[in-house]
Amino acid sequence: METRSWVRDGLLAIAGGVYAVGLAITNLPLLVVSVVALALSPVPFLGLALLPWVTDLVRMRANLERRLAGRAGVAIACPYQPPPERALPGGWKRFRWIATDPATWRDLAWLVPGAIVGFCLGLLAVAIPLYGLEGITLLPLWLYLSVDWYGYGVFWPIANFSEAMLSMPQGVLFMALGLGAAPWLLEVNAKFAKLFLAPTKAADLRLRVAQLTETRADTVDAQAAELRRIERDLHDGAQARLVSLGMTIGLAEEMIERNPVAARKLLAEAREMSGAALLELRNLVRGIHPPVLAERGLDGAVRALALSLPMPVTVEVELPGRPQTPVESAAYFATAEALANVVRHSGARTAAVSIRYSEGLLAITVSDDGVGGAEPARGTGLRGIDRRLAAFDGTMTVSSPPSGPTVVTMELPCVLSSPKTSPSSGTV
Amino acid sequence: MRVVLAEDLALLRDGLTRLLEAFEFEVVEAVDNGPALLPALIKHRPDVAVVDVRLPPTFTDEGLQAAIAARTEVPGLPILVLSQHVEPLYARELLSDRNGGVGYLLKDRISNVAQFIDAVRRVADGGTAMDPEVVSQLLARREPLAVLTAREREVLGEMAEGRSNAAIAAKLFVTEKAVSKHINNIFTKLGMPPSDDDNRRVLAVLTYLNG
Repeated sequence: METRSWVRDGLLAIAGGVYAVGLAITNLPLLVVSVVALALSPVPFLGLALLPWVTDLVRMRANLERRLAGRAGVAIACPYQPPPERALPGGWKRFRWIATDPATWRDLAWLVPGAIVGFCLGLLAVAIPLYGLEGITLLPLWLYLSVDWYGYGVFWPIANFSEAMLSMPQGVLFMALGLGAAPWLLEVNAKFAKLFLAPTKAADLRLRVAQLTETRADTVDAQAAELRRIERDLHDGAQARLVSLGMTIGLAEEMIERNPVAARKLLAEAREMSGAALLELRNLVRGIHPPVLAERGLDGAVRALALSLPMPVTVEVELPGRPQTPVESAAYFATAEALANVVRHSGARTAAVSIRYSEGLLAITVSDDGVGGAEPARGTGLRGIDRRLAAFDGTMTVSSPPSGPTVVTMELPCVLSSPKTSPSSGTV
Repeated sequence: MRVVLAEDLALLRDGLTRLLEAFEFEVVEAVDNGPALLPALIKHRPDVAVVDVRLPPTFTDEGLQAAIAARTEVPGLPILVLSQHVEPLYARELLSDRNGGVGYLLKDRISNVAQFIDAVRRVADGGTAMDPEVVSQLLARREPLAVLTAREREVLGEMAEGRSNAAIAAKLFVTEKAVSKHINNIFTKLGMPPSDDDNRRVLAVLTYLNG
């Protein structure tokens, strides 16, 4: 199995080498059109129109390289600044956006060295195994063609049969070398590309600010909506009921002398009303911050949640303390939403929640044995989780192949406070 | 009957005291925080304790923890826990020593005075009094109930709330004999052989709490 995956990786990398050589060649025409576009940029209209178009091409090429590097195991983040608002194609604003982005110039600077390195390493990744293949097939070929001027490996030329026999093990050796080296060569190429194509520190910070601005806006929006909902619920629900409760009691007070039977009926009604108001308040509180979360933290709250679901849910928690309240709350609601999705869509018979904390990262996985096929892009529930977690720099990944199982993994960076004291049990 | 009371809101504490005394209970001590509760329970060994789940200083589940601790110290000490919300998780923890004599009610239920006093008495007598909301939350779980018929589930629900056979019969409009037949079926299906132990009712409820 291990040998097979080693061979497969090697073969894939050799194919990647062919690809890299082809791509490296495209860098040169890209460089030519870029230089032409730059030279023409002072020309009115033409320059402003041409340069963005060429830049788009270069960026497509660079993004392709970033993706390939990602596949070779070297992650390169996209460094471009977001486009300004109302930037018309061919307009000055758009031109300035492109020209002031250092990533534009770093892309251009990469084109030539990137082409050379990509071409050489790609060629090497292909050539070594090809040479090995030649050695392996040489003997039958040699016999078939019966020519005697051929040379391979250490024997130039091959003079006799036993020397020709030796070309085969040499070929195998070269082949193995090629298979082993190809992934490494691609990785070196990717690392070289990273020197030019990764965001600079300043760009990194700029991207971070953009991301924070976005998640902050999301959070503020979500909170404002939540406050409006609470206000409405209180106003239309509990508040109205309490007013009517006061009225009923007042009425009963008036009637208690004249008509005690009716007064008693009114009081019974009042009691029922107070019960309904309490129920509403309770549900409201549960939606804002579940009491059990306040009392027991994430551990107890998730266990209590698991108890209320119509399927057996295994809960495993390894949490040496409590995260800060907002993080805890986000983690709880994200877990609750994920479990609600399991109940609603998965058709699962059992589910499992695992909560672990190590080295500043709270990791929660929610898995089920259902039908799978969950799509974060489509489900509003899953997208809601993502936004909720993003506010705390958390991430969510969903693995859900068509016939299941679905595994939702959520990760939240956080610190834990005081160690918890309440006991916890195994399976719910 | 002697009662120890634990409730942090003065208004509610006084109200409860008045209410209990109106029904000839004697409130021997009323505490307003968690740390004072356990010593009070062990000192007085009341006939029943009425305890709020959430108490100072931590305002978490101190009342519940103290109640559980007191029952390890004084086995079977009857305790009725009151809460602003109900969690099957807490009900399960209360019942986990399988001794009966526990109740877990929403504070809302106090307003129905007769039912509340009835629950206090039942707990004092070693019975159980689970809030209908806890019971309905548990009954909503399909999985462990698959072996029971719809009627048996209903009976179990009433039993979990703490009703006697006669009360269940009245509520469901059947004869008491039919109720005891259902209950026997429930015990059989849950694998609880006949015994002199009254707590089979508690065990049956607990089986569901454990899912």
